[in-house]
Amino acid sequence: MKRYLALCCCLLSLWLNPALNSVYAETDTGKTSTGETTTASSPHIQQLLTELTQKSLNKAVPVLEKLEQSGGEAMLPLFRTMLDGNLYFIKANRQVISVTKAESGKAFANVFTGEPLPEFTKKQIKKIRVNNRLRGYLRDAIARIQLSSSDPAAREKAVRNLLSDLDPSTIEAIQSARVNESNTAVQEMMDLALAMHKLTNAALAVDQLEAIEALSGSLESEVRNLLARVSESENYEPAVNKAAASALVKIQDKVEFYAFIDQLFFGLSLGSVLLLAAIGLAITFGVMGVINMAHGEMIMLGAYTTYVVQLMLPNHIEYSLWLAIPLAFIVSGLMGVLIERGVIRFLHGRPLETLLATFGISLILQQLVRTIFSPLNRQVASPEWMSGSIEINPVLSLTLNRLYILAFALLVFFLLQLILKKTSLGLNVRAVSQNRNMARAMGVRSDWVDAMTFGLGSGIAGIAGVALSQLTNVGPNLGQAYIIDSFMVVVFGGVGNLLGTLVAAFSLGIANKFLEPVTGAVLASILVLVFIILFIQKRPKGLFPQKGRAAE
Amino acid sequence: MKIKKLVSGMALAMGASMVSYGALAADTIKVGVLHSLSGTMAISETTLKDTVLMMVEEQNKKGGLLGKQLEAVVVDPASNWPLFAEKARELLTKDKVDVIFGGWTSVSRKSVLPVIEELNGLMFYPVQYEGEESSKNVFYTGAAPNQQAIPAVDYLMNELGVERWVLAGTDYVYPRTTNKILEAYLKAKGVADSDIMINYTPFGHSDWQSIVSDVKKFGSKGKKTAVVSTINGDANVPFYKELGNQGISSEDIPVVAFSVGEEELSGIDTKPLVGHLAAWNYFQSVDSEANEAFITNWKAFIGNPKRVTNDPMEATYIGFNMWTQAVKKAGTTDVDAVEQAMIGQKSPNLTGGVAVMNKNHHLSKPVLIGEIQDDGQFEVVWETEGVVAGDAWSDFLPGSKDLISDWTSPIKCGNYNTVTRTCSGQNF
Repeated sequence: MKRYLALCCCLLSLWLNPALNSVYAETDTGKTSTGETTTASSPHIQQLLTELTQKSLNKAVPVLEKLEQSGGEAMLPLFRTMLDGNLYFIKANRQVISVTKAESGKAFANVFTGEPLPEFTKKQIKKIRVNNRLRGYLRDAIARIQLSSSDPAAREKAVRNLLSDLDPSTIEAIQSARVNESNTAVQEMMDLALAMHKLTNAALAVDQLEAIEALSGSLESEVRNLLARVSESENYEPAVNKAAASALVKIQDKVEFYAFIDQLFFGLSLGSVLLLAAIGLAITFGVMGVINMAHGEMIMLGAYTTYVVQLMLPNHIEYSLWLAIPLAFIVSGLMGVLIERGVIRFLHGRPLETLLATFGISLILQQLVRTIFSPLNRQVASPEWMSGSIEINPVLSLTLNRLYILAFALLVFFLLQLILKKTSLGLNVRAVSQNRNMARAMGVRSDWVDAMTFGLGSGIAGIAGVALSQLTNVGPNLGQAYIIDSFMVVVFGGVGNLLGTLVAAFSLGIANKFLEPVTGAVLASILVLVFIILFIQKRPKGLFPQKGRAAE
Repeated sequence: MKIKKLVSGMALAMGASMVSYGALAADTIKVGVLHSLSGTMAISETTLKDTVLMMVEEQNKKGGLLGKQLEAVVVDPASNWPLFAEKARELLTKDKVDVIFGGWTSVSRKSVLPVIEELNGLMFYPVQYEGEESSKNVFYTGAAPNQQAIPAVDYLMNELGVERWVLAGTDYVYPRTTNKILEAYLKAKGVADSDIMINYTPFGHSDWQSIVSDVKKFGSKGKKTAVVSTINGDANVPFYKELGNQGISSEDIPVVAFSVGEEELSGIDTKPLVGHLAAWNYFQSVDSEANEAFITNWKAFIGNPKRVTNDPMEATYIGFNMWTQAVKKAGTTDVDAVEQAMIGQKSPNLTGGVAVMNKNHHLSKPVLIGEIQDDGQFEVVWETEGVVAGDAWSDFLPGSKDLISDWTSPIKCGNYNTVTRTCSGQNF
C-alpha cells in the first residue's frame, strides 16, 4: 500500500514543481509605464486603432502590422486582449476597450492601462472579431515583442514560436537578444534558431556541419523537418547530407522512446478511467454479488451533481470539483441505498430478476434526468488548473486533466482498500459477503450491511462521475457508455477482488492504447473484448480468483 | 374501442412525452413527425420535432392549407433504427398522414426507405448526408457532399494552403462514404497517398488521447495540416477538449467539422473549440431579415430566449414551406401530384437568396464556412458565390459518376446511367 502512496506523491510533486509548471504562468498583465501610455495615446496610433474598428476581418492584418511597428511593446496588452477575444469598441466614439467576464457580469477597462471604465450596455459596444489568420499573426507579433520580455519562460516560448518562420529580420532580432540573454534555456533555444538559420544559409560545408552538430539531439519538430530536408537535398555536399541523416536517426530514436512513454501514459490514463468506473461495481457486483445494471446511472448522477454545483456557484468554478466530490458521493450513495432498500433486497438470491429490475431502474433514472435537465448535454466547465499540459519536451507532454484523474483514481482505490480492511464496516462487509448466515449468527446486521455496501459502491460511482464530467459529455447517456467496460474490468480482474480490478483496469487500458495505433480504435476494442472472452474461458474466475472457503 | 384507444394513447403519451393534439378534429391534413425524442439522437432530433410543430402552428394561424387545418402526429422512434421503419408504417397506415418530416442519421433514413416506397408516402429529410441515393418518395433538404464537404476542402486548400489531410470520422455510413468521396477528390487534386490519414472511431468515443497525438505527429511534418471531421454527436466534445489539452490550436491544425452546429455547441464549454471551422448552408449569426424573424419566432415558440437555431432547422423550414406551396399548386395532398409539384419550387433561404428544388429531389443552396466563436456562434469566413446544386450521385466515385437522378418525364429515375442510358430498376 505504501507503493500507492509513493505513486500519488510522485504525481502530486510533478504538478507542484514550479519549473515544470511555469509554461502556463506566462500571463503577466503587462504593467505599462507612463512612457508607453503616451505612445499608446499618440494621434497616429489612435488613428490606426480607429481604422482597426472599421476594417473587415480580412483587411485587419496590415493595420495590425502598422500598430506593431509604431507601437512596439506598448501594443502588447492590445494584442493580448484581441487574441483572447476580449477586444470591443464603443460604437459612439470608436474607442477600443477591453471587456472581460468578472464575478458580477462584465468588467470594462482601458486596453492599455487596465483602468476600469464605467459600464456599457450590450448595444453600446461591439466586439472586434478575430479569425485564425489574425490569431496566428497576433501570436507571432506577441512572440516578436516578447523576445525582450522579463519572464524567461515567455522568452523561450517566443523563440520557439518563431522557429517555424525564420526570416532575416527575425534572425537579426534573435541575434541581438542573444547577446544580453542570461537564462540558459532561452540561450539554448536561441542558439537552435541561429543554427537552423546557419544550416540553411551558410555557404561553406564546414559551417553547415557545425550547425548540424548544434542541432543534433533537439526534439523540436522544425529541426527534424529541416534535417530531413537537408539529408535529401542536392544543394548540399554529400558529407552534409550524411551528417544530417545520421543526426536525424539519433533524434528519431529519442522520439520513438518518448512516443512509447506517451503511449504508456495514455494507457495508464485510460486505465484510471476504467478503474474509477469499475471500482464501485467491484463492490456491489464483486462483494455483494448483485448485478447492478444501474451502476452507470450512478456515475451519471455524480456528473450531474457536478453540473448542479457549478450552476449554483457560477463564480467559483475553480473550487466546484472539491465541493462536488463529497456531494456526488452523498447523492449517488443515497440513491444506492434507496435502490437497495426499495428493490434489490426483495430479490435477494435471484440474479436474473435483479438484473432486469436494475436495468429498469437505469432506464427510469435516464428518463428522469431527461425530464429534469433536458435531453441535451449539459455544460460542465473545466477549472483552469485542470486544462493544459505539462510539457516535458517538444515530443512528450502530459495532459493535466489526465494526470489528476490518474492520481485521483489511485487515491480512491487506496481509500476504499482502507475502508474495507481497517474499519468495522469493512469487516462486516467482508463477513457478510463470505458467509451471510454465519455472519448473522455472529450478530452482524446483514440487512444494514447490504444497504451500506450498496451505498458505498454507488457513492464511489458518483465520485467517478465527477471525474468523468471533466473528460466526456454530461448527458443522460453518460452511464451507458461505461457500464459494459465496468463489467469487463470486474470480470477480468476476478469477482470480489479490488486488487484484481486495479490490475485489470490498467492492463486493459494499456493493451487498448498499444493496439489502437496499429488496428484503429474500433478494432482495438473488439480485440480486447475477444481477448477477455478467451481469457474467461481459460480462467473463469478472472485474474485473481478468490481462494479457499470464501470462494463458495 | 374508444376507451382502448384513449388508454393506449395515454400510455404512449406518458411513455415518450408524445404530443398529439387535436386528435378529434375532423378532416385535417396530417403531418407526421418522425424524430427520435429519446435515446442518443434525442439531443439533435427533439429540436427538429419542435421546428415542425412551430411551422404547423404558424401555417394554421395563416388559415391552414386547402381550407383545412394542419394536424401534427408525433411519434418517437427512440433512436432505434428498426423502430423508424415500424413507426413510419404506423404513420402511413394507421394515422394516414399526408407527409412525414423526419430522420437524422443515414441509417434511420435507409430503414424508412423500403416502407415509404412500398406504401407510396412522402418524406422530407432535413440533414446533411452522404448522397448516393435518390428516392421518388423522399426530398433531401439537407446538404449533399458537394454542398458541404467539397467546398470545405476547397476552402482549406485554396485559402489556408492545406497540404496534408486527416479525415477523421465516426464509424458508420455517412463518414465512410463522405471520406471515400473526399479521398477521391483529394487524389484528383494531386494530393499524395502519404499526405492523407484516415481514422475511424466508434460512436460516442471519448478517449481521444492517442488519436490526437497521432494527428499532432502527422501535422508536425512541416506542411500545413487540417482535420476534416465527420465525427458525429457526443464524441466531438472530448475530441476538441483533447486537442486543446495537447496544445493544438486552430491556427496550427484547423478542424473543419460537418456535424458541429449551434445546437451542439450550446451544451458545452466552447473555449477549446474557438477558431475551428464548420461548413453548413446556414448559420444563426447570418444577418438577414428573414433569419431574424425566424429566430424571434423560434425563441417565442419554445419559450426560451437562449435557444439557438441551426442548419437542419433551416432545412426543415425550407422543406415545410416548399411542401405547403406544392400542396397549394397541386390542389391536393395526393403524393404523386405533390411530388411532381415539388420540383422547381422556390423558397427563400434564411441566409438570403432563394433555394430551388431540383429534378433530383435535392436543393440548390449556398455553402458557408464559419469559424467557431467563444459565444457558441459562427463567424462566416467564406461563402460560395451563388448557390450550389445538390448532386445525388458524386462525380468522384467510380460507381456513381455516370449516374444522375431525374424525377421528371421522360427519365423518371433515381439512378439513370448517362452512358448506358438505362435506369437500373431500383427505386432509389
